[in-house]
Amino acid sequence: MNLDLTTEHLAILDMVREFAAKEIAPVAARYDRSREFPFENVRKCADLSLMGVMVPEEYGGSGLDTIAYTLVIEELSRACASTGVIVSVNNSLFCHPLQKFGTEDQKRRYLAPHARGEKIGCFCLSEPNAGSDAGNQQTTAARQDEGYLLNGTKNFITNGLGADTAIVFASTDRTKGHHGISAFIVERGFSGFRLGKDEVKLGITCSGSVEMVFEDCRVPAENRLGEEGEGFKIAMNTLDGGRIGIAAQAVGIARAALEEATRYSRQRKAFGKSISEFQAIQFMLADMATEIDAARLLAHRAAWLKDRGSRYTREASQAKLFASEVAMRSAIKGVQILGGYGYMNDYPVERYFRDAKITEIYEGTSEIQRLVIAGSLLKD
Amino acid sequence: MDLQLSEEQRLIRETVREFVASEVLPTAGALDRAEEFPDRAIARLAELGLLGMTIPEEYGGAGLDSVTAALVIEEIARGSASLAVTISVSNSVCGGPIARFGSEEQRRRYLPRLARGEVLGGFSLTEPDSGSDAAHLRTRAVLRGDDYLLTGDKAWVTNVEVGSLFVVLAATDPSPSAHGITAFLVERDFPGFSFGKVEDKMGLRSSHTGGILLQDCRVPASNRLGAEGEGFRIAMETLDAARIGIAAQSVGIARGALEESIAFARQRRAFGKSISEFQAIQFMLADMATSIEGARLLAHRAAWLRDQGGQPYTREASMAKLFASEMVNKVAYQAVQIHGAYGYSREYPVERYYRDARVTTIYEGTSEIQRMVIARKLLDAL
Repeated sequence: MNLDLTTEHLAILDMVREFAAKEIAPVAARYDRSREFPFENVRKCADLSLMGVMVPEEYGGSGLDTIAYTLVIEELSRACASTGVIVSVNNSLFCHPLQKFGTEDQKRRYLAPHARGEKIGCFCLSEPNAGSDAGNQQTTAARQDEGYLLNGTKNFITNGLGADTAIVFASTDRTKGHHGISAFIVERGFSGFRLGKDEVKLGITCSGSVEMVFEDCRVPAENRLGEEGEGFKIAMNTLDGGRIGIAAQAVGIARAALEEATRYSRQRKAFGKSISEFQAIQFMLADMATEIDAARLLAHRAAWLKDRGSRYTREASQAKLFASEVAMRSAIKGVQILGGYGYMNDYPVERYFRDAKITEIYEGTSEIQRLVIAGSLLKD
Repeated sequence: MDLQLSEEQRLIRETVREFVASEVLPTAGALDRAEEFPDRAIARLAELGLLGMTIPEEYGGAGLDSVTAALVIEEIARGSASLAVTISVSNSVCGGPIARFGSEEQRRRYLPRLARGEVLGGFSLTEPDSGSDAAHLRTRAVLRGDDYLLTGDKAWVTNVEVGSLFVVLAATDPSPSAHGITAFLVERDFPGFSFGKVEDKMGLRSSHTGGILLQDCRVPASNRLGAEGEGFRIAMETLDAARIGIAAQSVGIARGALEESIAFARQRRAFGKSISEFQAIQFMLADMATSIEGARLLAHRAAWLRDQGGQPYTREASMAKLFASEMVNKVAYQAVQIHGAYGYSREYPVERYYRDARVTTIYEGTSEIQRMVIARKLLDAL
């Protein structure tokens, strides 16, 4: 056992921490209020090669491991959870499935520009009537001539407003249930593809979530990702990796709340002393810090398993479940420690509180994670 | 980063797991009910070389590192938390401080006997009126010629009656202060030493806990551990290490509760199906497993840091102990809930796990003390 980060990991950590503090944190509140997609943040992340952290260098990525990736996402999310998820979606939900399931041609055409961050990717699985029950896809893809015609509506698509390319799941055979789902690479400019309504959200307000509408959208056959019927497997495999990213994002948000609450408690005075001298406050801080460390260890364990090629589905779900609930609890305590100020938009914990909530919902709700974990416990 | 256990660590874990399944679990319930000390298992652990598992090899111990010791304690606690605390105490709070702070003569005199299992050890800091506020000791030690005379009452000492050697903390300076406390190695045969009543406890009923009464107890000056006034520091460092053991013990109890719950949920039927098919049960199992693994990672991190030597691990040990002990109380609670009325019955082991879990948030530093330690480290870092 060796829990030390490598020199390379430490260098990345230092670089991203400094970058996030200098470039991302100062603009986070402004983007949160304006809800504008932060193209400038994405460009800066691309300059540091953070958009394709795990993609091999030959395809424009940084060729780093999943541990490095969790460090990146935690640090970005500590500054701005929206930027954290934007980067996470491009890395885990777009680049990963292309790298793992794409043809050589698809990798050259799509993976490389997205890994370099010249283009932004998104992942379209959720539908108005298919969230946790992702196998129940209503969007269809019908074979026609040399391609497919996609029809249906996708919603809650993170990065949607800024995305150049989407990986879209649709049913090629409704009679086969989730075995009839296939995945497609769809460019923004394909005919019959348009953005639907902008999603106005509680938190991560600038992550560009949007509805996407496909009306006889024409997709060439060579843009099918994997085989027909392989889509559900691709989606599930992709989400396993994505969950590690969300766990890291949740740890970043939780840490932001802890650091802000710790700092505030030192300077705020009540009853003649700094509130950090009261056990009521100290014990909240202690519980936050303890849970955050446990959450990070769970995330790193899942990442480590993934990097060595072991199965990690259950561990990714555990990391995501635990970390997301820690983010929420931490944010609740953060607001509580700041009192009225914590409820105000002027202080960042109000944003952390709103941002934390989504981590319990997207890329598999806490309930879905518990199903995955229990399934694994009960399977043999 | 590499979370892989070594070949040796896996082998030791496997050996202990088999030992626990065949020789600890089958009798743990009966011993608990009879409040009987697990003599046979202790003798077998001595044969396996685990009674002095963390004692250095040159003094006859197994010289295991803290990560491996945590694995051993978890496995033993999975079968019997009483047995786990008995050997954890002898190793980490008696053998541990002797190995770390003792003179060469003290090490040679005591460690091989602890390692061979001829002697069980204990640690005596707490007093009837001084628990968390450990610097406030009433027990006095006065130097008279070549001996110290110790007088006072000690409380809640693990391994009374069965133990023969205790690290005892007493005030050598009459003004109550952490700097006036000194540690002594006290044998049960020393004149003026006697055991008080053995406590009738909620859990850990096959481990012995009770008082030590010191009445002008004559302790040779050569049995002073460390310098005068060093006792509080010795006690705190000793407890840092011990907290990793309690975290591992908590993980072991929780794993027992989870494993029993999975087995029960599979075979118990209600409303026409196995209760494991209901989400209400599945989600409890999922939460139990997740928090157990988080706790184990925290415990291993603290143990690993300690093994690096020279790295501070006080905060990490407190986090592991706090999280794991709070976790096992929730997990044991859920295990009883999953078992329903059977869980409330002594026929099923989860009833014992539930009682055994309770003390983990109390001894070797309450959850409140752990939070104070963690918060201080957080606020000092700013």
